[in-house]
Amino acid sequence: MLKITLDNLPKLLAALSELGELQVPCENKSGKVDFEKWNAEKRPRFDITLTSKSAKDLFFPQVEDLLAFKTKGKNLSIEQIMPSDKKVILMGVRACDIKSFELLDKVFLKDPVDTYYKARRENTLIIGMACSEPEETCFCGSFGIDATAPGGDVTTWITKDALYWQANTEAGKTLTEKVADLMEEAEASKVEEQAAVTKAVLEKMPLANFKVAGKIPQDELKTFNSKIWEEISAGCLSCCTCTYVCPTCHCYDIRDYAVSDNHTERYRCWDSCLASDFTKMAHGNPRKTKVERFRQRYMHKLVYFPNNNEGDFACVGCGRCLQKCPVNLNIVKVAKALEVSEDV
Amino acid sequence: MCNCGHHHDTLIPQIGVITDICTETADVKTFRVEKVGGGKLFEHLPGQCAILSVPGKGEAIFSITSSPTNEEYMEFSIKRCGSITDFLHYEVEVGQQIAVRGPYGNNFPVADKLVGKDILFIAGGIGLAPMRSVINYMLDKRADYGSIDIVYGARSVEDFVRYNELSEVWPAQPDTRVHLTIDRPQENWQGNVGFVPAFLKDLQFTPDKTVLLCGPPIMIKLCLAALVEMGFEKSQVYTTLELKMKCGVGKCGRCNIGGKYVCKDGPVFTCDQLDEMPDEY
Repeated sequence: MLKITLDNLPKLLAALSELGELQVPCENKSGKVDFEKWNAEKRPRFDITLTSKSAKDLFFPQVEDLLAFKTKGKNLSIEQIMPSDKKVILMGVRACDIKSFELLDKVFLKDPVDTYYKARRENTLIIGMACSEPEETCFCGSFGIDATAPGGDVTTWITKDALYWQANTEAGKTLTEKVADLMEEAEASKVEEQAAVTKAVLEKMPLANFKVAGKIPQDELKTFNSKIWEEISAGCLSCCTCTYVCPTCHCYDIRDYAVSDNHTERYRCWDSCLASDFTKMAHGNPRKTKVERFRQRYMHKLVYFPNNNEGDFACVGCGRCLQKCPVNLNIVKVAKALEVSEDV
Repeated sequence: MCNCGHHHDTLIPQIGVITDICTETADVKTFRVEKVGGGKLFEHLPGQCAILSVPGKGEAIFSITSSPTNEEYMEFSIKRCGSITDFLHYEVEVGQQIAVRGPYGNNFPVADKLVGKDILFIAGGIGLAPMRSVINYMLDKRADYGSIDIVYGARSVEDFVRYNELSEVWPAQPDTRVHLTIDRPQENWQGNVGFVPAFLKDLQFTPDKTVLLCGPPIMIKLCLAALVEMGFEKSQVYTTLELKMKCGVGKCGRCNIGGKYVCKDGPVFTCDQLDEMPDEY
């Protein structure tokens, strides 16, 4: 294990930014903290546990161009717009978001592989960061995630005066060799101490005892036909905020944008199963009401996804939906309602 | 096809050219699509789909109407009912290049489970489009299958997707019968009048046949009820579904019924499989 004092941290960031595009949590103009390309003017906000949006943006951007069409009379040409092959170093990712990459891999890297996602994933080196000040809305432990050991190519821990650094993968070790001169050897005891304190804090958190595994009937029809959906969905505004901030939501739309009369670009963008026109087609809409759309979102996360992916729920307990929902609805409430409901 | 030298993502289409347009009814046209310079864009199996697109209008998924045994071109029978289909009907002429990707989805099990079986096709309206791929495939390999009955219903005589096969080619094949019905009586129509589920009972099919069923969701549900009443097992009834799709490969999150994605786990399902899925189609 290596360490660097926080005073010297800018030197490490500068060195990393020479090796790739360094993305760290930074405060943007609107006062929100999200992953941004670092430069010497920017102060990383490693003190913030949760970025406003999840880090999925780095691999599955909110909007990305897929191809360009050129037309000439009746003729057509197609040019694929390739994702950039720049190397990215994504630093300061928490355990919940790192787990979400694994879940997104199950979608985008499953045959047929999404080459856009894959290219970004392969070009990105992940430096995880252990949590030391979890938020009240955190519940990653419900999914067996250890906030104090986030993984990644490199794991880091921040204490009052230093950043601790441990390489995990071959890529992480190669990176470490390039920046090791800036750091000094360190004992793991400080990190272990911090982890013990954090774990004690997590045990006292409001959602410490919230568990999903084994609590929700994984019988699709039974849970689908539960009586809870009508009542619990009543307050939902269908604003889709939860889906956009969610690290595991992966629904997307593909649309065309006319640049000029003979030039069209096709792009992909985030979409939400809560949107009323999401499944609307010429001959009707299989999910006509909000109840059906709300049910789809949670059935996907809690039943369909685990049934299709060796029991993994499509939730990592980051708690962003708990923080951002304007009417205080969230996956915890849904899971608890399903658990206590008598008819499921 | 572009020549940028990159490996193409499944979301990137190929260029196809429309080489023939046949007006079938007031709102259905059949488009013949080939590679620029001739030949098929890709091979497919009966029941599979392709995603067609027109720059600026976007993409939509359609069943491939032609049989895989047709080695020269693919056909798509398309009903005018939205922005992309409007464009295809009103704006597109022979020679127009469009974007095509596929094939997507599973297929009717023509090479295994359906071999040697007596087959009953049931189609309503534009539901004949995916059935035609299977019918022509089976007729091209006639010896592999038993008797073939084709029950086809439409709102009116004018709404039959009038493939020349329907009146001339199919009934002339060995041990092959075509049974037509329309919803309401019309002058000069000598055939059956009434909805397909009732017509099935009138025709007194015995439950030793394997059924391939396609039509609007309500027709599928009512036909299935009639078939069950007639003694058919749901596992003997294959159907093909269509929902809104964007990616075609089970990632965009749109066409699922429960944990199954119609674009990749379907579109072909047996009706006992549908029973295990939420009623959301």
